[in-house]
Amino acid sequence: MSIEISGVSKSFGDFDALRDVDLTIPSGGLTALLGPSGGGKSTLLRIIAGLETADAGRVLIEGRDATELPAQKRNVGFVFQHYAAFKHMTVAKNVAFGLEIRKRPKDEIRRKVAELLELVHLDQFAHRLPAQLSGGQRQRMALARALAIEPSVLLLDEPFGALDAKVRKELRDWLRRLHDEVHVTTVFVTHDQEEALEVADEIVVINQGRIEQVGTPDQLYDAPANDFVMGFLGDVTRLGGRPIRPHDIEVHTTPVGEDPAEVHAGEVARLTRVGFEVRLLVLTVEGEETQVVLTRAEARAAGIDVGSRVWLRPHRGATTVSAVRAV
Amino acid sequence: MAETRTVARTGVRRTPTTYVLRFVVAAYLFLLVAWPVSLVVVHTFEDGFTSLEGILSDPDVVTALWLTVRVAVIAVVINTVFGVGMSLLLVRQEFPGKRLLSALIDLPLSVSPIVVGLALVLVYGGRNGWLGPTLESAGFRVIFSTPGIVMATAFVALPLVIREVVPVLHEIGTEQEQAARSLGASSAQTFRRITLPAIKWAVVYGVVLSLARSLGEFGAVKVVSGNVLGQTRTATLMVEEKYLNFDQQGAYATAFLLAMVSVACIVIVAIIRPKEERR
Repeated sequence: MSIEISGVSKSFGDFDALRDVDLTIPSGGLTALLGPSGGGKSTLLRIIAGLETADAGRVLIEGRDATELPAQKRNVGFVFQHYAAFKHMTVAKNVAFGLEIRKRPKDEIRRKVAELLELVHLDQFAHRLPAQLSGGQRQRMALARALAIEPSVLLLDEPFGALDAKVRKELRDWLRRLHDEVHVTTVFVTHDQEEALEVADEIVVINQGRIEQVGTPDQLYDAPANDFVMGFLGDVTRLGGRPIRPHDIEVHTTPVGEDPAEVHAGEVARLTRVGFEVRLLVLTVEGEETQVVLTRAEARAAGIDVGSRVWLRPHRGATTVSAVRAV
Repeated sequence: MAETRTVARTGVRRTPTTYVLRFVVAAYLFLLVAWPVSLVVVHTFEDGFTSLEGILSDPDVVTALWLTVRVAVIAVVINTVFGVGMSLLLVRQEFPGKRLLSALIDLPLSVSPIVVGLALVLVYGGRNGWLGPTLESAGFRVIFSTPGIVMATAFVALPLVIREVVPVLHEIGTEQEQAARSLGASSAQTFRRITLPAIKWAVVYGVVLSLARSLGEFGAVKVVSGNVLGQTRTATLMVEEKYLNFDQQGAYATAFLLAMVSVACIVIVAIIRPKEERR
């Protein structure tokens, strides 16, 4: 096991950022710490890196107790949201920094830097200053810089948070491919569930200083442990008093089903088209407001419009909360 | 009228208001700064280079100039080391009394230099000072001697480096330093390789301002130096002495030299400072 966290707590004044957190992160994986802002995920990452000290608990990195180790002795690569580029150094110098600190021979440094710049597709920018790079390029430089020290773990704090949507998506795919190439144990923090679901091998959902659930993207999406996880990983609406995803609802224009308890009649109160999607707000006869998502073709084929009478039923295999819910 | 005013406010067209404002600013600067200072230059060169040659061949003036330069350099070195350290403490650390300390640092700017001089005499005065007699019996003279002049000069120029460096430290933030630490750099390596290059120009600017201020210090030095010719008389004291003794030519020439050194420092820095670092 690459990172073992036991009983870690941290508070800032009267704000509890982390409460007695236990977590094991496997070697070689790509793990996402997912949760809302202020939930404690960045604090946990910074505690692993040694940039913050825990009030209680222990952190083991590759079996070695790192709790008391300062950041510079942990051999951890850290990538910041706002790149933290060394502004007065060229791209090559930035990447070489950790190696120069380690007093590696000049030839080795030159070779290694060239290799890494090629890996992050910045070889032609080696002699530029960070200010002459785009945000995405700066973040790739920061990644190369962190990888240069051959870290035992690579930690990324909202690495794509400051980039625009298109670049973010590109870098996300690229990070996944890079990880498949380099295989270093990687932990990244994000509040974007799509990013976590798409990139990570394993997701740790953190909320209000506690871990809500740990699992693969499929496990989390298909069997969320509680309402919070279900709500955080995707849109949730209610049908018959139970949480359900809006795209997990069948819409019929005629009464259906053998089991009347499963079917809810209603009327379309609002209809919004967003790209290929049609979003319906259905007011059921039980007085519930249920959101449903259809494709445009489905909606057109069924002739659904505002005021249409519809019958709703959960899809077979719809996601439900697996654990017993607190009422 | 209403129409011209709107245009003036948007700044697209030049209206009479623009010219009036420009004239007021130019007149203000001319009457207060440019004219008086230029007259010093004019007076200095009234008889060509004779007055400059005159003071430079006067061993007392040369001694005074050297004393001023030596004192200023020592005071600037002290204030630079101390100033950068204090700035780091004020920006990067949290401790009780931080706001008080920050306010205290501005004190030398608001207190008259003559008060500074008197205060130093109270503590370090050889006869009645609080600490002075003890130091004097140990063979270390502060007041009426070079150490006292250095202290007075360092006191009045104390905030200049700090006030230049603190905003830049705030602006660069701590992420670059944290990144350096995570890459294995010690505190000393982080300071030398990351923090110092980032605040370099602020330090240079602070040094130049301190140097200019230190070269020109008069009030505090006058109190603590004792003004002994050839020993503790600095260049500014020499200017006053010459002026009071009706040696106006000598006074203007010495003043000119002092002003030139300060102006030269500021001009040189303005030229060598890279454009992208200007804000």
